[in-house]
Amino acid sequence: MTAGTEHPPPATAGWVEEALAEHERQTVDTGTGATKFEHRGSPQPRPGTVREELVLERIDRARRARPRVKEERVIMSHGAGGKATHTLIEAIFLEAFRNPLLEPLEDAARLHVNGARVALTTDSYVVSPLFFPGGDIGELAVNGTVNDLSMAGAVPLYLSAGFILEEGFPIAELSRIVASMQAAAQRAGVQIVTGDTKVVEKGKGDGCYINTAGVGLIEHEASLGVANARPGDKILVSGPIGDHGVTIMLARGELDIEADIVSDTAPLNGLVADLLAAAPGVRALRDATRGGVATILNEIASAAGVGVLVSEDDIPVRPEVRGASELLGIDPMYVACEGRLVAVVDSASADTALAALRAHPQGREAAIIGQVTTEPQGVVQLKTAFGGTRIVDLLVGDPLPRIC
Amino acid sequence: MRFVDEFRDADKAHALAAKIAGLCEPGRQYKLMEVCGGHTHTIYKHGLEDYLPEQVTLVHGPGCPVCVIPMGRVDDAMALASEPGVIMTSFGDMMRVPGSNGSFFDAKARGTDIRMVYSPLDSLKIARQNPDKRVIFMAIGFETTAPSTAMTVLRAAAEGLPNFSVFCNHVTIIPAIKAILDSPDLRLDGFIGPGHVSTVIGCRPYDFIARDYGKPVVVAGFEPLDILQSIYMLMVQLSEGRSDVENQYSRVVPWDGNVVALRAIGQTMELRPYFEWRGLGFISHSALKLRADYAQYDAELLFSVPGVRVADPKACQCGEVLKGVLKPWECKVFGTACTPETPIGTCMVSPEGACAAYYNYGRLTRTRVKEASTS
Amino acid sequence: MCLGIPGEVIELLADQPDLARVDVSGVRRVINIGLLEDEIVGPGDWVLIHVGFALSKIDEAEAAAALQFLESIGQAYEDELAALADSRIE
Repeated sequence: MTAGTEHPPPATAGWVEEALAEHERQTVDTGTGATKFEHRGSPQPRPGTVREELVLERIDRARRARPRVKEERVIMSHGAGGKATHTLIEAIFLEAFRNPLLEPLEDAARLHVNGARVALTTDSYVVSPLFFPGGDIGELAVNGTVNDLSMAGAVPLYLSAGFILEEGFPIAELSRIVASMQAAAQRAGVQIVTGDTKVVEKGKGDGCYINTAGVGLIEHEASLGVANARPGDKILVSGPIGDHGVTIMLARGELDIEADIVSDTAPLNGLVADLLAAAPGVRALRDATRGGVATILNEIASAAGVGVLVSEDDIPVRPEVRGASELLGIDPMYVACEGRLVAVVDSASADTALAALRAHPQGREAAIIGQVTTEPQGVVQLKTAFGGTRIVDLLVGDPLPRIC
Repeated sequence: MRFVDEFRDADKAHALAAKIAGLCEPGRQYKLMEVCGGHTHTIYKHGLEDYLPEQVTLVHGPGCPVCVIPMGRVDDAMALASEPGVIMTSFGDMMRVPGSNGSFFDAKARGTDIRMVYSPLDSLKIARQNPDKRVIFMAIGFETTAPSTAMTVLRAAAEGLPNFSVFCNHVTIIPAIKAILDSPDLRLDGFIGPGHVSTVIGCRPYDFIARDYGKPVVVAGFEPLDILQSIYMLMVQLSEGRSDVENQYSRVVPWDGNVVALRAIGQTMELRPYFEWRGLGFISHSALKLRADYAQYDAELLFSVPGVRVADPKACQCGEVLKGVLKPWECKVFGTACTPETPIGTCMVSPEGACAAYYNYGRLTRTRVKEASTS
Repeated sequence: MCLGIPGEVIELLADQPDLARVDVSGVRRVINIGLLEDEIVGPGDWVLIHVGFALSKIDEAEAAAALQFLESIGQAYEDELAALADSRIE
């Protein structure tokens, strides 16, 4: 095989040995709430005795180990909504800020203030490009904040809007964005009551970043949360997935792909109100943004310690989104939406819930996509259109950066 | 979608599965290798192994061009990207492959100008738009992709573009298959032949597998039914004691390949005397570089490339997985130190790598899968 | 990396003979058809697209033949299932 030439002795990649050593240390470090087990070194089964089950158990243990950020610097994946984001949030933010109100890590925090049940949320918008088919950063900011509050079963009331503007950003564009925000706020029935403005030097900010906070009153009796999911519950989605993310990708113009896809950005508070009024058994609501529907399904599975089984045939995807995704080699399950919700509903109420969603303009194409199962815990499975089964794991990497 | 949906019909899959099972001799085990990473991906993505009888095992081969790039070459690419005034352009799947000092993604975080492109032509566009920068295209892939790089180089030459070059890491599939066939620790009954590589090289290059090694080859498409039908066709050959090359993907693959593509490759590229493949070692005449006539588009000549060899880490068993000797879950670090999030080796980094496909999609025993889908 | 998908040619670009606009499920992109210069490619033809290039023209006759084979297997299977359902061994 070799050509008989002398090849110089190779260098070695020290980081691999470090990664292995780190892994050994990690499996011993008990930390807060992590699983404790004995350090026996990496299991070395004798040849012929390796069984797939043993390995899978080993993997489960590794996955339950305390999250640690391995990188020294922030990388784009930290913003993608997938594994890296979750690790960053748990290892850095949750570790530092830890308190019972933060721990659920839902879209909005649920607070008790003088007897009133209040939902509080915050979001930042760094989408590029600022203007895209179906909307702009302003509309996204208002709708996104309204939706986070709605997912808590709250009536959204008041928003804040903080702007970080880059020196040189055209005022005309700022005016367009702000007009969009006002229109979106009126549509959603909320008011922008406070704000902030900062300007950074040219080159230190990409035109315009928007940060929002939102406050709403929780009127829904039951407490909504993904940890409430129970085996037998049905999972619904309010419409076709992936529209927003693919729109943004194409709007960047780098891929020379044209399609009639527009962002699905929309306020969902009306839809949620109708749903909660009609169906008593709603356990959880999430809006499918970064990381897509797949991320939410994984959050359900891990928060509630259940399995999730969805059916590819039942998940609505527009043909153009499917086509663009095939071209780009991405999976619509992981692509962001900005006007779609995922609902976990008690099986007895599922049909009512579906009817309620479909009766509303935002939910015409709603569908029941799957159900919650007992096993395997923490794992999301997809029954493919073809009839086989595969796992849908948390997203790794960042296929579509800066889409919201 | 036309030419896709028709080949994803579950009922026909059951029919093919029944026929495959019917052709299994009692007590005989069948090991079929799919060479191509795209096939590995389809098999796991659609859960195809659920359709096969216990007697038929699929072995995943080295046909993932990202997976076979040794760490040293990645380091070379990173060195090129760090040269002043350079914009490095690369396909998406290359961005996360770790060298000894991080990946393209990590370099990007440190400020290096690395951009993801869908096509090498996009690279040319970036070169035209940035005349003051030097644009390098990280060319990877088997013979499927080499023609596209070749056409891009020809176009650059036609336009006289002064600031564009290619870091050529194209590899060829036949030497890899031969390395597998000559490997002492492997016993295979047949091959699911690469689909898109064959579009370029045709089906004749596989004759030696059937003729000299007596193993049947069926060139397969990428839809689930294509793969199942190809397995069926292999089982028919095995049951008839034949070893021939057959083309299941005839709607796309011409028996003689694509002459224009082969001409373009021939005009711009030539075989390197040898090239290092991750896990397989040095293989002679297995990779391409640009011809002397196109030296001004060859990044290896325009810039100085460190050319340092980096040994595969002892713990990394990518080589054995690539050869199909080990199943992904048999690698000692699979799923623990080596995950898609923290990949140690290329089999886990590339979406077509056997380990990534298994971890992301197939990571459950068949029994647990059956339980889950009926609960 | 082996990512190749079928798309339909909508139009050839008049001023650039080796470029064509293709459609994949309603999504359109201009690709290079230079690798198919030995063949006649026109609107309505289907091609295999890989990293912005057409690698091969899809042979509709072969596709139809492949589908027919699958249909026949499917039908034979259906027939057999039906026969199994109908038969009794009592």
